[in-house]
Amino acid sequence: MRGALRDAFLSALVALGIFGPMVGLVSTSGDHGLSLQVRPIAVAVVVGLIFAGRLLILSWRGGGPRQRNLALAERVARAGKYITPILLLAAIALPFTGSRYYIDLGTLVLTYIMLGWGLNIVVGLAGLLDLGYVAFYAVGAYSYALLAMTFGLGFWTCLPLAGILAALWGVMLGFPVLRLRGDYLAIVTLAFGEIIRIVLTNWVSLTNGPNGISGVPRPTLFGLAFSMDGGPGTFGDFFNIEPAVIQRIIFLYYVILGLALLTNWVSLRLRRLPLGRAWEALREDEVACRSLGINVRNTKLTAFGIGAMFGGFAGAFFATRQGFISPESFTFMESATVLAIVVLGGLGSQLGVALAAIAMIGGLEALRDFLSFLGDQMNSPVFAGIASELPLYRVLIFGIALVVMMVLRPRGLISGRTPSVALTKLKEIAPDLVAESRS
Amino acid sequence: MTALLSLSGVTAFYGAIQALRGIDMTVEQGEIVTLIGANGAGKSTLMMTICGNPRARSGHVVHDGEDITHWPTHTIMRRGIAQAPEGRRIFGRMTVHENLLMGAEVAGRSDIPVLLDQVFTLFPRLKERLSQRGGTLSGGEQQMLAIGRALMSRPTLLLLDEPSLGLAPLVVRQIFGAIRELNRVTGLTVLLVEQNAYQALRLAHRGYVLVNGSITMAGTGAELLARPEIRAAYLEGGHA
Repeated sequence: MRGALRDAFLSALVALGIFGPMVGLVSTSGDHGLSLQVRPIAVAVVVGLIFAGRLLILSWRGGGPRQRNLALAERVARAGKYITPILLLAAIALPFTGSRYYIDLGTLVLTYIMLGWGLNIVVGLAGLLDLGYVAFYAVGAYSYALLAMTFGLGFWTCLPLAGILAALWGVMLGFPVLRLRGDYLAIVTLAFGEIIRIVLTNWVSLTNGPNGISGVPRPTLFGLAFSMDGGPGTFGDFFNIEPAVIQRIIFLYYVILGLALLTNWVSLRLRRLPLGRAWEALREDEVACRSLGINVRNTKLTAFGIGAMFGGFAGAFFATRQGFISPESFTFMESATVLAIVVLGGLGSQLGVALAAIAMIGGLEALRDFLSFLGDQMNSPVFAGIASELPLYRVLIFGIALVVMMVLRPRGLISGRTPSVALTKLKEIAPDLVAESRS
Repeated sequence: MTALLSLSGVTAFYGAIQALRGIDMTVEQGEIVTLIGANGAGKSTLMMTICGNPRARSGHVVHDGEDITHWPTHTIMRRGIAQAPEGRRIFGRMTVHENLLMGAEVAGRSDIPVLLDQVFTLFPRLKERLSQRGGTLSGGEQQMLAIGRALMSRPTLLLLDEPSLGLAPLVVRQIFGAIRELNRVTGLTVLLVEQNAYQALRLAHRGYVLVNGSITMAGTGAELLARPEIRAAYLEGGHA
């Protein structure tokens, strides 16, 4: 107990060093330029929280973290069977809440789930670390926007085209990086992502540069447009209902839900084919693959191509939903977020990726609401200053949550691997029991 | 009669370092041929050079009447050559079943059940472990899996790189027994690279001795076992 107290005290001291200046000092612009304001209470709250938290962690650890971890892995694996249908039902039912906020948020989350599933093919299955996945997202978005604006093609015609173009770029990226692995591969893909963004920014005659492209056409439902005038040939006119913005929002939601489910279905099917197995084998041992007569080059290129294709689909959807795209939407931050979703979910796990996307995108949003709410509650003069700032800390809190998460479950939320083929019942084995092979 | 596999004047390099210095050897249809030598003699390199990784810089590798020296690895493996590589290199996170299916990549889909049965007859242990992950198998079982995986491509020539590596003598005997059985029953040609010279020479019809990238001796297994210089260099200190 004494040890725990000492440890907690030291943690509090470190926290004081870090948060003293960060939280305790704030610069405000007064009459005579900037002036420094001191907020001792805010610092005390933060340091106190860390002291208590550290003490709590130390006392909770008593039972041996390893065992608890295993039990958790088993429980998650078993719960997985029920989580999937529940999530699917919830996703289908979401628009019936009628709340525009939730449907918009759901659409955003589903976009990231789809991107996560697409990247999962490259990173999770084939084991090729891709830090430039946003490039394919951008290619898809710009393909759709430019094809639609220049040639007047509709969304449903452009969607496959955007996918094909993105896949083409995936293969083009794949060729030069075939010989690279691990860190080197990551750096080249990172550069590739940046190159695409910079080209989009500077090729003003084609992409309108940093100003972006606005007025990207909206998708139609079998030729029925979602326009507000309710004229002939629109959705409202055909079904004889009052046109409303929410109809288009709901329609877009179901479009991305369908696209995401398509991605999931294709990945699951691919995993059971020799090609998918070859991807996974490639992740484990490239030399062994070659000695079994597998064409390593083609296998890698298909992984890049198919992963990129789904990125392209998601990009086209992004363009049609936003109605406006600019290079700013395709920064490295996007690649990092999608990769974080895949890693956090557990490489290669479809359900894990979905849960991670919900936690990361939806969770960040929920945290904002919660912190604003908390700030409103603390409307006393003691907390003056911190209350209004609380929402700004959401990214910090989120970062801490990610670190904690990776300490507790270093291989992601759902890290067990389901065999792609079985004669009898499928059996999930806790990942902690399996030594990972490294070549 | 032409040999199933013949090498003539094969050299191979790792960068500037020459690993093979003009290898000439043949493997006839239906034979078990072993290649023995000390660490770093180039045994594994020779095995890998047959598979085109690294490629031979000069000389020729001829398989079944066709010069395969400059073929890419995966097309060589599709010609009926299969390898159980050094250190086994099974896919640790994939199940035994999946590992075996990976070996059948080359074979037709309809043949898979037959091939699986053939492997299970040879190594019944693998059938018990079918849904277990490769990484959880014991060393001997992993070696069985590596050989079984190689056999799934219905090879005419099986390359085995140190199947006895890190295994208990009893398990080594089991595995060598299986190789002999395979050769006797199906007439499968085997090229075996081994450190365990005594066991290997007893099993093989013929053997080659590799020293510093060159073949210094060749002969039948019994002949080589009887040679005093072989006894001195590879067999002293008791046989396993």
